[in-house]
Amino acid sequence: MEAFVREIGTAVVIPNDNINTDIILPKQFLKNILKTGFGKDLFYDWRYNADGSLIETFELNKPEHKNASILITGDDFGSGSSREHAVWALTDYGFRAVIGGGFSDIFYMNATKNGLLPIVLPERNRKILRNIQADEKIRIDLPKQTVTYKNDTFHFDINSQWKEKFINGEDDIDNTMKYEKLITVFERQRPNFG
Amino acid sequence: MSKTLFDKIWEKHVITGEIGEAQLIYVDLHLVHEVTSPQPFDGLRNTNRRVRRPDLTFATMDHNVPTKDIFNVQDQMSRLQMDTLVKNTKEFDIPLASIGDDKQGIVHVVGPERGLTQPAKVIVCGDSHTATHGAFGAIAFGIGTSEVEHVLATQTIWQVKPKTMGIKVTGKLPKNTYAKDIIMGIIAQYGVSFGVGYAIEFYGETIAKLSMEARMTMCNMSIEAGSKTGMVQPDQTTFDYIEGREQAPNDFESAKNYWSQFYTDDESDFDETLTFDVSNLKPMVTWGTNPGMATPVDQNLPEIKNDNDANAYDYIGLHPHMKPVDIKLDYIFIGSCTNSRYEDLEIAANMMKGRHLAPNIIAWIVPGSRAIRNRAIKSGIAKIFEDAGCEWREPGCSACLAMNPDKIPAGKHVASTSNRNFIGRQGAGSRTHLASPAMVAAAGIAGHFVDITADEFK
Repeated sequence: MEAFVREIGTAVVIPNDNINTDIILPKQFLKNILKTGFGKDLFYDWRYNADGSLIETFELNKPEHKNASILITGDDFGSGSSREHAVWALTDYGFRAVIGGGFSDIFYMNATKNGLLPIVLPERNRKILRNIQADEKIRIDLPKQTVTYKNDTFHFDINSQWKEKFINGEDDIDNTMKYEKLITVFERQRPNFG
Repeated sequence: MSKTLFDKIWEKHVITGEIGEAQLIYVDLHLVHEVTSPQPFDGLRNTNRRVRRPDLTFATMDHNVPTKDIFNVQDQMSRLQMDTLVKNTKEFDIPLASIGDDKQGIVHVVGPERGLTQPAKVIVCGDSHTATHGAFGAIAFGIGTSEVEHVLATQTIWQVKPKTMGIKVTGKLPKNTYAKDIIMGIIAQYGVSFGVGYAIEFYGETIAKLSMEARMTMCNMSIEAGSKTGMVQPDQTTFDYIEGREQAPNDFESAKNYWSQFYTDDESDFDETLTFDVSNLKPMVTWGTNPGMATPVDQNLPEIKNDNDANAYDYIGLHPHMKPVDIKLDYIFIGSCTNSRYEDLEIAANMMKGRHLAPNIIAWIVPGSRAIRNRAIKSGIAKIFEDAGCEWREPGCSACLAMNPDKIPAGKHVASTSNRNFIGRQGAGSRTHLASPAMVAAAGIAGHFVDITADEFK
């Protein structure tokens, strides 16, 4: 997984609450058996008209937001279906972090597996961040657990192990296999009723 | 020390790590389907890893399955995804119930039906409705695709222990209200994200009286409350359901004794508790675009309070002060991992017996598994549906998420026994109204929703 230490980037604001994974990546794209190429389908129904043309008023489609790497959103982001494809779509598009009021548990875990940093900030902080202009940047510093915009710096919480994982970009399975002996011991002691 | 059901199962599965940090948890059962497994198997191949415990893994096909003509997969992408599962399960030696197989069906219907789902297990699957299996007193939750690969390779998963929430359900269920109405009522009252960060246990006199099928419906929709885990304490109802099933433990008495130690010692052990009384519960119907946007069938649809409400009304083509009975329906769908079990079909069939669908209605009845389909044909339930003018289909996820040919056309209203009324969920532009199987069946006959607790249904 790609490591995440610091990110300085422009942001796009999609302030809606309850953006579920069906909205982030509709189900017709789940038939792909690869992990790549989902970025063009991100927010598909909000981004494209029925004839496939761009909906120009949608924030993501505005040329000035083309290179945004930070998404600022509302409460309860990523609810619904467990599809990791939603995270792959966000990273493939170029997002490195999502700042929201809260994330569904499954989405949050999926994000931690793909180097997409989910940052929970309260509404009073996000209200300030929503003022961001297309040419202004936000600085995210994971070791310090801070988000800085202009003169404001906000602290965010993250589990220490997920933080370390982001910073090192480590492979989960390699890490787990360090405990293989313990797993084997556990397996021998599991109750078995035939 | 006094503990919850969740705590007791959790601590039996910790391999390493401290509470509050990520802990490595052993997985007793890993269910696999075609949509969220191709990338993990590729990952294993690329790193020369094996599946650690194929014997604790079970695969089936459900999301892409065409339910009209099950062997005729027209969509090439769907076909590739299903063929990929066949190839992968063969290569990694995992049991697979493929289309046409007598064990095939919706993954969350098939697990319990085979007897694989058992109390005190940790059960995962790359699907958010894995919460269903918690009805047996198991810790069951949906996982992402990276986690699927991790479980395949190691039979374990890293998780931070969630907080626990007890939802106490009291009162006698009024006639013609069901588990679906209870869980929809809870979500309508408390919202779609109150369960985030929590494992929910449903308990109380009302839950104790529910069948396993009804408990599965409740736990299934825990995720619609934001909780990836819903559970019910195992009891005699649980044991009776499992006994005699294909994968039930051979030494059933010992298993039962072991399972019997898993219960919550005291309500005060929960980090959070809620109560919900069902004595005056009415059948619930959703009017909007998330499962919290629901109303009792006899009430007016609510006022617009914010942009979310305004957008939902705009999409769904309704307005405040209408009643659910005023919604003109075009389709009914009875199926999905929420409500496609034999009991659900039986309840729906009772509503339709000797009657015919309203002329404006197209009806799809989609059993959750091959076994349920066969049983319903044998018992005559399938014929009741067919005589009523319904299409009696093959098992699969069908129009719950419309990743297969079963799509509700744009602008059409569907009364659905599934779990999500999201924008476009049942087909681009489709307008979903979630309800119980009895409500959906009665709506099919009437052509619109009806209050099945009214005198004429008693």
